[in-house]
Amino acid sequence: MKILVCISKTPDTTAKIAFADNNTKFAVDGVVWIINPFDEWYALVKAIELKEADPAAVIHLVTVGLADNDPIIRKALALGGDEAIRINADSHDSYYIASQIAAIAKDGKYDLIFTGKETIDYNGSSIGGMVAELLDLPFISLATKFTLEATSAIIIREIEGGEETDNVALPLVVSCQKGMAEQRIPNMKGIMGARSKPLKVVEPTAVEAFTSIASFDLPPAKAGVKLVNADNPEELVRLLHEVAKVI
Amino acid sequence: MSILIFLDQADGHIKKSSFEAAAYGAAIALQMGTTAEAIVLGNGIDDLAAVGNYGVTKVHTVKNDALNHMDAQVFTKIIADAATAMGATVVVFSNNFNGKAIAPRLSVRLKAGLVSGAVALPETAAGFVVKKNVFSGKAFANVAINTAIKIITLNPNSFSVITSVATAEVTEFAATVDAAKVKVTNTNKTIGEVPLSEAKIVVSGGRGLKGPENWSLVTDLAKLLGAATACSRPVADIGWRPHHEHVGQTGLAIAPNLYFAIGISGAIQHLAGVNRSKTIVVINKDPEAPFFKAADYGIVGDAFEVMPKIIDAVKKLKGVA
Repeated sequence: MKILVCISKTPDTTAKIAFADNNTKFAVDGVVWIINPFDEWYALVKAIELKEADPAAVIHLVTVGLADNDPIIRKALALGGDEAIRINADSHDSYYIASQIAAIAKDGKYDLIFTGKETIDYNGSSIGGMVAELLDLPFISLATKFTLEATSAIIIREIEGGEETDNVALPLVVSCQKGMAEQRIPNMKGIMGARSKPLKVVEPTAVEAFTSIASFDLPPAKAGVKLVNADNPEELVRLLHEVAKVI
Repeated sequence: MSILIFLDQADGHIKKSSFEAAAYGAAIALQMGTTAEAIVLGNGIDDLAAVGNYGVTKVHTVKNDALNHMDAQVFTKIIADAATAMGATVVVFSNNFNGKAIAPRLSVRLKAGLVSGAVALPETAAGFVVKKNVFSGKAFANVAINTAIKIITLNPNSFSVITSVATAEVTEFAATVDAAKVKVTNTNKTIGEVPLSEAKIVVSGGRGLKGPENWSLVTDLAKLLGAATACSRPVADIGWRPHHEHVGQTGLAIAPNLYFAIGISGAIQHLAGVNRSKTIVVINKDPEAPFFKAADYGIVGDAFEVMPKIIDAVKKLKGVA
């Protein structure tokens, strides 16, 4: 069993969102970088659980980014991957990233490819589907539960107002969200071990991006809260009905 | 040249978010001086001519029982064939569960740039630039699509739908339907509840409610308002409520017309998932709760005292005894 987990670097969930260079770039000053939570908490930990059940399983991690991605990928290795591949390229758009990952995956002959459901910065939710199409593999998006059978997987995915249970033969691509696994904290043994795990750096393949970011905007500030006295909650209902007209 | 809209259906009904996508696609067609056509896959789907009310002139159907379940690979191939056959220059999806599964595949197949989570019509005066949510709703990016064919997934509840009375021509699209590799063995839906991702009103509870036994304060109000229920991350993590109700940066991002937050302090990660809601109401006993800064209306007070009075007032408003 070979599992590939796609890892992305994102700003910390509490990072201040601001833009530089005439609102064309994310302002990175003072930003703390983390593993994209969906990649770490769900995709990676699920892969680790599968390896715990089958010690012969191998987990490879892949990330697209420059050398400043290394601390992130080392942390992921500390949690539990066996080796990592960094494709040495600045990210362009999701098609560019997916094409780089697909090129690695094609050679690696993976049984499972896991991604997080989206990154918390660009919220594209696109990499898994694109990789699957590039490799002509089935794709289950927004999975909340994953159980491995002999040569297939039983996967529960979220749909409007409920869930769907799917049975799919391997190999396949799965995007993972809440429910798949529980967040883990790397232990000292893992952190020490991660230092000696292989981190292979490979050069990107030539791919033309489909999209480019022209500019960023921040949402307009709220006008301020209108407080209603706690003794008179009926007034809130009146305001919502007559002024905001939302109920 | 035309605009193609994918209409997502479940149990024979077109989803609400797909009607929004239809109206959005029709508005792009108007803007670009072309027509909006739609495609719907599956059998036994209700009145498709009425999709004309949203500005769509033609609906292509592929009537096949095998398509009543979505397989992203099979669906992508059919939609790609349809888009090519009609010379579609823009393909529109809802950014819902199925849209997120199909649109990225279609992007690769058609070599078409994808913007997912659009919140406004594209700027087409020079180039083709689409505004989308980034940083989980804390900002917007204006993304240029530089390919001949463009794909957009529209965030639910982001585009105001205007309808008029019109009839769409319904026509069969001769598609090759491949065997699905994904076998759907079960679907499980909570009957009678409003899906969170499509809800116009969402009532949400946090740790301030002290325990799952007090959730009637949330569910009673939700029922009266025809609203979906949601919760903060800690509430889902400790198992008071199911995971799929978690809204926020690492849960579901939503943008209802009304978000009613009870006993939620408003951590930055929670705000990121809900701050695009058109009206936000916060009930919290802590006047320093950060959520008040993001709210439109608020009550500083004890939810256990305030909420029963609000529920009574809403009952009176709705004429419920």
